[in-house]
Amino acid sequence: MNSLNLNPLPSLARKGILTYLGISAVVYLLMMLAGLVMRLAQAGLIAVPPNFFYQLMTAHGAGMVGISALAASAVLWYFLRRYVELNVGILWANLVLFLVGVVCILGGVFVGGYAGAWTFLFPLPSTSMGVWGVWAAASFMVGLLIIGVGFLLFYLDVIRAILTKYRSIPRALGWPQLFANSDAPMPPATIVASTMVVIVNTMGIVAGAVVIVIMLINLFMPEFAVDALLTKNLIYFFGHVFINATIYQAVIAVYELLPEYTKRPWKVNKVFLAAWSASSLMVMAVYPHHLLMDFAMPVWAAVMGQILSYANGIPLVVVTAYGALTIVHKSGIKWDPASGLLFLSMFGWTAGVIPAIIDATITVNNVMHNTMWVPGHFHFYLLLGLVAMLFGFMYYLVHKEGQRTSLIDRAAFLLYMTGSAGFAGMFLVSGMNSVPRRWAAHLPEWVSYSETASAFAILIVVGAAIFAFRFITRLPQARTV
Amino acid sequence: MVQIHDFVFILSLVLMTCVLGAFVFVVVYSADKTDYQRVQPKAYRLRRFLFGVVLIGGVVATASTISPLPYASEQETQVDEVQIAVEGKQWYWVLSQDHAPVNTQVTFNVSSGDVNHGFGIYDSNLRLLAQTQAMPGYTNKLVHTFKEAGNYQMMCLEYCGLVHHAMISNFSVTEVKTGSEL
Repeated sequence: MNSLNLNPLPSLARKGILTYLGISAVVYLLMMLAGLVMRLAQAGLIAVPPNFFYQLMTAHGAGMVGISALAASAVLWYFLRRYVELNVGILWANLVLFLVGVVCILGGVFVGGYAGAWTFLFPLPSTSMGVWGVWAAASFMVGLLIIGVGFLLFYLDVIRAILTKYRSIPRALGWPQLFANSDAPMPPATIVASTMVVIVNTMGIVAGAVVIVIMLINLFMPEFAVDALLTKNLIYFFGHVFINATIYQAVIAVYELLPEYTKRPWKVNKVFLAAWSASSLMVMAVYPHHLLMDFAMPVWAAVMGQILSYANGIPLVVVTAYGALTIVHKSGIKWDPASGLLFLSMFGWTAGVIPAIIDATITVNNVMHNTMWVPGHFHFYLLLGLVAMLFGFMYYLVHKEGQRTSLIDRAAFLLYMTGSAGFAGMFLVSGMNSVPRRWAAHLPEWVSYSETASAFAILIVVGAAIFAFRFITRLPQARTV
Repeated sequence: MVQIHDFVFILSLVLMTCVLGAFVFVVVYSADKTDYQRVQPKAYRLRRFLFGVVLIGGVVATASTISPLPYASEQETQVDEVQIAVEGKQWYWVLSQDHAPVNTQVTFNVSSGDVNHGFGIYDSNLRLLAQTQAMPGYTNKLVHTFKEAGNYQMMCLEYCGLVHHAMISNFSVTEVKTGSEL
């Protein structure tokens, strides 16, 4: 059942994976530069008009999540094809739809002037006070919709391939072994993770598509009444699930590669299976923690949001992060940029969720929600967690066995790590001091935080530029298996 | 006095440092090669302990923070409470009154005339004291008792468009009740 396909990737599939990642590396760099510009503007070091600031903010938010999802889906595809037969045409179709969607989004933002943030909370897209037109908002949302369709196709192919081999979703999640003491071989970690991602992200994308269609109709037919709280629930369900599913896809690289580096297996056992099944439910049910300050929500939903946020941290800490520590401990691992970034990613993810979980405490959220505390925790676990996983995977693909790690690569690692920790740390310090998020201009009392953050942002950009340059220039030597 | 903001930061820093410590420890000893069969049983035992610690931590944190909640439905109403209507509009606040007496329960009935806004109450040190969302079609009741007289600011905490960052109103809290509250 668990035999591995280690044949060379078909040429079209290899090109597809490398194109996904090459585009991702470049877009990461551009989006990081956009982030730097925003922090410099908040520091008052450069002049950026508010409309352009908010356009950049919109592009940065949607762009970072979108490109992370693209790169993470490449990770999933690359490893999953070792276990099941995936369709190369769908891999490319997703990429084409993604690029078409990006064109619509960029057109809406930089041509049409749409600056309603990735959250597109109703009714801001249609109520801009003349800053952007209905068509700009529509272009942005249609772009998201097209990208969603691409990913939906991608996930449908993933689940088709998994079901062909494992015959049912419970089997792919290891439920017979977990609940019925079956002595069948445990499904591999990649199968379990991929199945979970398909379940939750299909739900997330469908919720996103529903709310986008509702809001598109409202854009052109304002008499079509829309409830602001309902749309907010759908948007945050979609956004929360989508970004989390992205991390759960990227972590497959950790499950697959740390064993390769340490020559130790990442053992799938009942604890692992239980953790992933529990995460599947919790990642969907926990989203009300984004709505704790919406007092119109039922109190039970807020309390559930808090409790599940705490509970959702357990599988990460006790299974995945702890598993990474165990497998590396006294393993004689050979450190190179790939293994270093993958291990760093486990630290970044685990440490970064701590301020996030604390923020899900209702009484804390009362003084932290929508302050810089929020970008503080998500930049921590995305920069040092998710993005580190993805750059680690890119290094793995183009790193030749036995190749020495150059001084430049070491410097890039240090710059990226220090810059990310400092940059996210300054967000957290700003959050502690109640600086609101998403403000184009800051009060004089807050400027020093943005100045320091800008310096750290430069380190990130330099580090990431080296990562991206290394990956793209070494593409011809990329692995074929 | 340590405010909740500082406590949250310090707690996060301590816990994140513990995580960092664990990762640094493993990196330091990663070069020593030991049979995995010897590492794994010890690690699994330690994991049970870690699971217990995390579980107990979660239960204690929940029990100690779940009541009282900041929601109006969870608060006891005082006899002399002050009601203030708040409407968020692009890009200003409309308050039925811009002052309140100190040590008196104030209920802000927060709504929006257009898009989503976030109604945040800031003290004179620019510390956020409480907030709620201002949403079209809903009225969110934010109950707050100002402990000190002085100048406060109401800032927008939900992105609402071009001038979001300038959506600030002044609010004063007085020692003695003004005529309208007597």
